[in-house]
Amino acid sequence: MKVRLKFTKEGEMKFIGHLDLMRCFQKVIRRSGIDIKFSEGLSPHMVMSFASPLSVGLTSLGEYVDMELVTPVSSAEGVRRLNEQMPAGIRALSLKQIPEGRANGAMALVAAAEYTVRFREGKAPAGGWEDKVPAFLSQETISAVKETKKGETTVDIRPLIYRMEAADGEVKLRLAGGSEANLKPELLMDTFVRWLGEEPQPFSLLICRTELLAKAGGEQDERFVPLEDLGEDIIL
Amino acid sequence: MERKLALSDEILLSIEKPARYIGNEINAVYKDKDSVDIRFAMCFPDVYEIGMSHLGIQILYELFNRREDTWCERVYAPWFDLDKVMREKDIPLFALESQDPLTAFDFLGITLQYELCYTNILQVLDLGRIPLMAADRDESHPIVIGGGPCTYNPEPIADFFDLFYIGEGEVVYDRLLDLYKECKKAGGAWRKAFLRRAASVPGIYVPSLYTPAYHEDGTLASFTPAGDDVPAVVEKQIVMDMTNAVYPDKPLVPYIKVTQDRVVLEIQRGCIRGCRFCQAGMIYRPTREKDVEKLKAQADIMLRGTGHEEISLSSLSSSDYTHLNELVSYLIEECSRRHINISLPSLRIDAFSLDVMSKVQDVKKSSLTFAPEAGSQRLRDVINKGLTEEIILKGAAEAFAGGWNKVKLYFMLGLPTEQEEDRKAIAHLANEIAVQYYELPKEQRFGKCQITVSTSFFVPKPFTPFQWASMHQPEDYIGMARTVNNEVRAMRNAKSIKYNWHEAEVTVLEGVMARGDRRLAPVILKAYRDGAMFEAWSEFWDWGRWLRAFDECGVDRDFYTMRERGDDELFPWDFIHAGVTKQFLLREWKRAHEPVVTKNCREQCSGCGARMYGGGVCFEGQA
Repeated sequence: MKVRLKFTKEGEMKFIGHLDLMRCFQKVIRRSGIDIKFSEGLSPHMVMSFASPLSVGLTSLGEYVDMELVTPVSSAEGVRRLNEQMPAGIRALSLKQIPEGRANGAMALVAAAEYTVRFREGKAPAGGWEDKVPAFLSQETISAVKETKKGETTVDIRPLIYRMEAADGEVKLRLAGGSEANLKPELLMDTFVRWLGEEPQPFSLLICRTELLAKAGGEQDERFVPLEDLGEDIIL
Repeated sequence: MERKLALSDEILLSIEKPARYIGNEINAVYKDKDSVDIRFAMCFPDVYEIGMSHLGIQILYELFNRREDTWCERVYAPWFDLDKVMREKDIPLFALESQDPLTAFDFLGITLQYELCYTNILQVLDLGRIPLMAADRDESHPIVIGGGPCTYNPEPIADFFDLFYIGEGEVVYDRLLDLYKECKKAGGAWRKAFLRRAASVPGIYVPSLYTPAYHEDGTLASFTPAGDDVPAVVEKQIVMDMTNAVYPDKPLVPYIKVTQDRVVLEIQRGCIRGCRFCQAGMIYRPTREKDVEKLKAQADIMLRGTGHEEISLSSLSSSDYTHLNELVSYLIEECSRRHINISLPSLRIDAFSLDVMSKVQDVKKSSLTFAPEAGSQRLRDVINKGLTEEIILKGAAEAFAGGWNKVKLYFMLGLPTEQEEDRKAIAHLANEIAVQYYELPKEQRFGKCQITVSTSFFVPKPFTPFQWASMHQPEDYIGMARTVNNEVRAMRNAKSIKYNWHEAEVTVLEGVMARGDRRLAPVILKAYRDGAMFEAWSEFWDWGRWLRAFDECGVDRDFYTMRERGDDELFPWDFIHAGVTKQFLLREWKRAHEPVVTKNCREQCSGCGARMYGGGVCFEGQA
C-alpha cells in the first residue's frame, strides 16, 4: 500500500540537512515498528521518496514523504506511532493512502509551494513596505539576478509568482515549485528589497514553507491542492 | 521542551555542519537543571563526528544519567570555523543538551583517547572560560577530570587536570560523585577538601598532591605524595562482572553521519594475546567476556532503541571470544530478517570467518584484512604477534578461492631490533600473497588482485614490554618507508601492490607525549597558543610550531624518544598499578630480544599480575 506522510520541520530541526533528515526518518520508522517496503539487492534500503528537499535554515509546516507499507496501519495509528519516535521539532500530521504509479508520486506532483516570510528584527526594509507589494507585482516582468554554477543570469520571475500578499510584517507567498519551474522565496524577497531601493542583508529572512501543492482539475477548473488532499484516510 | 541555542541562527547557518552544535539527538537526556545536584559535562576533545562514535562516552552518559541527582551532558571540540567565531564574538563553550556554558557545570570530564588531542583539551578549557592550569581554579570552576587510555601516563597534561580516573568508569564514579556532594555541602574551601579526600578513592589520581624530583640526567628520581592520606600507588579500576555492567539500551543517535554510525555491541574487554607493542592488550587485562545470551538480548534492545540499520561487535580480538560462532549466527539470522547490516570487526582469517564474511558482505567489493605488524617471522616473534607466514598465506589462498581479490595488510616500522631485511620482508610477504592469487586457475580469478600495504611507525607506550624502547628521528622513519617502497617496486607483482605510509613527525610528537612527564606542559601550552589544534587531522599539522615550542621551553624532545631506557629507570607512570607488574613487562622486554614467544592467556599463564583481580580469563573453567 502506497502512503503519503505529511510532517512539520520546525525549531532546531531547520539546521538538519535533507540527507540527514532522510537518515533520521529511516531510524524513526524502524523504531516505530511500522512495516515499510525495502529495495531488493544485497544491501536493501527503505523505499522512501521525499516530495521536495527543504533548504537548511527554513522551517516547514507542510513536508511530504511517500512510502510503501508492507503491513497496513490506519492513518491514526501510523501518525501516533511515528510521533512517539519523532525528535522534537518534527511532527507527523497525516498519513494517507495514495494511488499507485510513478506519476502519482509526491516528487512528480509538486507544482507550487506556499511560504510565509518575515524579516528578522531590525532587518526589515523602511516602513510601509507591505503597501508596496501590489505595485511590485503589477510589473509586467520582474528581473532577478540568479546565481548559478556558471555565473549570474537574469531571469524573469514574474510568471513564477502565483501569489504575494503582505500584512502585519508578514508576506504570504505561493510560488512555482517542483521540477518544471521553481522559484526560491529568498530570490523573490531579495529582488523585492532591491526594487524598494535597499540592499538585501544576509540572514535577514525567517522563512517557513507552509504547504506543497499539486495541480488538480482540468483545463477549465485548474487549481492547486495540498498534496495530502490527493490521498485517502486509511481506516482498518 | 523549549531551549535557547547558544549560537545564533546567523552563526549556525554560516558554519559547516550546524548539527554538530545543537544537540536534540534521539535518546539525548534532558533534565531540570534546578532539580539535580551535579551537572557533569562529558567531553571528547575532538570534532563531533569522532566524539559521537565513542562507546565509552555512551556508557558513562548512561551511568551518570541513571543517577537522579546528576545530569550528564556532552561537549565536543568546536571545529576551526566555529572556534574562530567563538573567539571573535566572545561566546563561551557550551554543552549540547542545555546549551549552558561550561562554567555552569560541577564537572568537566575529558576522555583521553590519543596523545594528539592534548592541544584540544586546552581549546575546550579556554573556550569554556576555565583556567588552563588546575592551580588557578577555584570554587567557581568545574572540577576537570580526565579518563581513558592516556591516563596510564597522564603526566604531560597533569597540570591541566584536577583529577584523573585510572581505569574503567563503571566502578568508582558513584563514590566520587557522592563525595563531591558531601564536600560541596560542607562549603568553605570545599574544592581543596574534595580533591584531598578524592585521592583516597581507589583509582583516583590527584596530580596536585604529588611532587616529582629529577636526577641530573633528566630521569625521574622520585614521585612523592603530599601526605600519609595520599596513596603512593594508584590502583587501576576494572569491572569484573561484564555481563551485568551498565550498558546503554538506547544509545544516542546523531543526525549527521559520524564515524561509528551503528549499534556497537561490546562482547568482551581485554585481550589474551600479549602483543608486546600493544597498550590496550596490557592495561585491559584480564580478558573478561560478556555472557552470550546477554549480548543477544542487548543487540535486540539497542537496535529497537536506536533504529540503526547496522550493528558491529567491539573488542580487541573478536576471534578470541568463546561464543563468537553462536553470537554471529544469531545476528546473521536476526539481522537479515530485519534488513540490518552486520559490520564485522577484523577477524582472524579461517574457514569460519570466511564463511561468515561471505554471508554478510559483498565478496567482490569487500577486502580481507591481515595485521602481521612485522614483515619477517623473526620480528613477529620479537613483538609476540602469533601470526605465521604459513597462516597468512593459507588464509589468503582460501579467501582468493572464495572469490575475494582485495587484501589489506597492516605493518609497523621502527620496531625494536628491526633491521633492513625485516623491512624488505614486508614487500616479500605482500608479493607472496599475490603469488597465491595468480596460482589460481585463470577461470577462478576476477582480474588482478589488489594488495594494499599500510605501515605506521611504532610508538612505544607505557605499561607495555616496549616501554623501554627507543624511537627514531623523523627522517629515519621516512628512510624506512622508502626501503619498503623500493622493495615493493622491485617485486614481480609490484603492479598488484599499493603501498601507503604514515607521517613521521606526528609519530615523534605522539612518542614524546606517550612517555613524557610534567615538564612537557609548557610545551603543549606554547604550541596551543601558537595555534596547534586538531593535531590528528593532517590538514592542519605544522611540525614547525612544535619545534619552536620545544626550543622556547628549553625541552629536549630527544630525551623522550631517542633513549633506550635503563632496566631500573623510574618512569613517570610507575605510580599507577595497572595490573601487569613492571617485573613481568621487563621479563617480556628481555624475551623480545632473544626472541622468545610468550603463549596467550588461554594456552599458558605468563604471570603478568592480572590474576589478582580474581576473575576473567585467569579463572576460566574454574568454579
